[in-house]
Amino acid sequence: MGNRCADVIVIGGGIIGNAAAYYLAKRGCSVIVLEKSDHLGDGGSSRNGGGVRQSGRDKRELPLAMYGIKNLWPTLSEELETDVEYCQDGNLRLGKTEEHMKILSGLAENAQSCGLDVRMISGEEVRDICPYLSDEVIGASWCPTDGHANPMLATLGFYKKARELGVRFITGEEVTAIRKIRGKARQVITKENVYEGENIILAAGLKSREIADTVGVDIPMQPALLECLVTEAEPEMFGQMLGTAEADFYGHQTKHGSFVFGGSSNFEGFNKDNGTPVNSSITASCICRGIMKYFPSLSDAKIVRTWAGWMDLCADKVPVISKMEEVPGLILACGFSGHGFGIAPAVGEQLSEMVVDGSTALDLTALRYDRFQAKI
Amino acid sequence: MNTINDRSKILKEFVPANDDDMIICRCEEITKGEIRRAVHDGMFTLTEIRRYLRTGMGLCQGQTCSKLVRGIVARELGVSPAELEPATSRAPMRPTEMRVLGKEVR
Repeated sequence: MGNRCADVIVIGGGIIGNAAAYYLAKRGCSVIVLEKSDHLGDGGSSRNGGGVRQSGRDKRELPLAMYGIKNLWPTLSEELETDVEYCQDGNLRLGKTEEHMKILSGLAENAQSCGLDVRMISGEEVRDICPYLSDEVIGASWCPTDGHANPMLATLGFYKKARELGVRFITGEEVTAIRKIRGKARQVITKENVYEGENIILAAGLKSREIADTVGVDIPMQPALLECLVTEAEPEMFGQMLGTAEADFYGHQTKHGSFVFGGSSNFEGFNKDNGTPVNSSITASCICRGIMKYFPSLSDAKIVRTWAGWMDLCADKVPVISKMEEVPGLILACGFSGHGFGIAPAVGEQLSEMVVDGSTALDLTALRYDRFQAKI
Repeated sequence: MNTINDRSKILKEFVPANDDDMIICRCEEITKGEIRRAVHDGMFTLTEIRRYLRTGMGLCQGQTCSKLVRGIVARELGVSPAELEPATSRAPMRPTEMRVLGKEVR
């Protein structure tokens, strides 16, 4: 087996790790990516709704979303020589009651104060944009610069290009610990090997908590189940990313025609197969009932597949993207809380700046690791 | 499961073949050449091939082509087909209309 030393060791071969590896390699760094699973991008990176959204986001991560949509997503397919199926047809967040509309206005005002073009529209305007929606929809928040992309292709596209640039990817290599040498994080211990790097990026999703614990840092996060269903290919209907005020479903139509819709049954916290992301028997049916109220014309669409995944839900629902004073050499990028995909290219690029330039162009101080304080 | 796999492994050079335009996955119309090319792009597992190309993601969910895909990938990697883990099968077993699947309660 070859050299186990590099400028940067990335723990986690999901979209965050792969994007960081790609941008680092582009800047001339040698990089090794270690992935526990047999497959790259086997966690949240291939198990999400594909939203590339700014609307509905927390103010602390909004700059990453806006930067990525302005500067990286439009050219990502060319850059990665992989069609990531990026579609920028806007995001509709739908409401069916006055209460919904209040929730949506609150979210919209929040985003407007950060300079995002998102506005409230009426039911008629909603149906002008997406004529398939039922009369039950009385309004929505509308963000025309939002969209969606294919998570699997984006994740594997970053992998493909990074690999071409000489990044070494090793799958089936489970990291158990980070070891400090002379006060600095330097070694990455796996079940079978020891790797060494000047810098270590920890982007291992939920597993990041255990691994960070080996250098004495705790990030409060826990698993949350997410379930989706996929229809057979349908004729092209609409390009918008959809969400609802009630959060009863979200999704979009993909380039090849399938609809991918996620949703919940409210029993996610009580998943029977604790530890494995499996679909429960009731959720897909529940999502179908939700969708048919909004899109009566989809009631004959056939479901071909369902799948589930874990989100790494952080205590305050935004990620930790941060260096650590106590452990120089280690950078954390975890706790993306189910909405990491859309910001992943921007995060990867900022991580590469953190390593190469020592600082980032975007201000990420609100995403620091030491922000968690007890309530009193 | 979870065996160490170094993705920088050098494969034999990609040589175009006469039957590269043969369709293997009929539902998604993926050819033999596209599958072979994907292996050289770094997709070393059947799960990655599926996510990268959509083989086995169509109406039949891979019931027709998965064996063929496995053989092609194994040959390109120079390993036995038995060494490749199949991709995960997913519910429902047959394509089911939303109005039917959604009817499990009154």
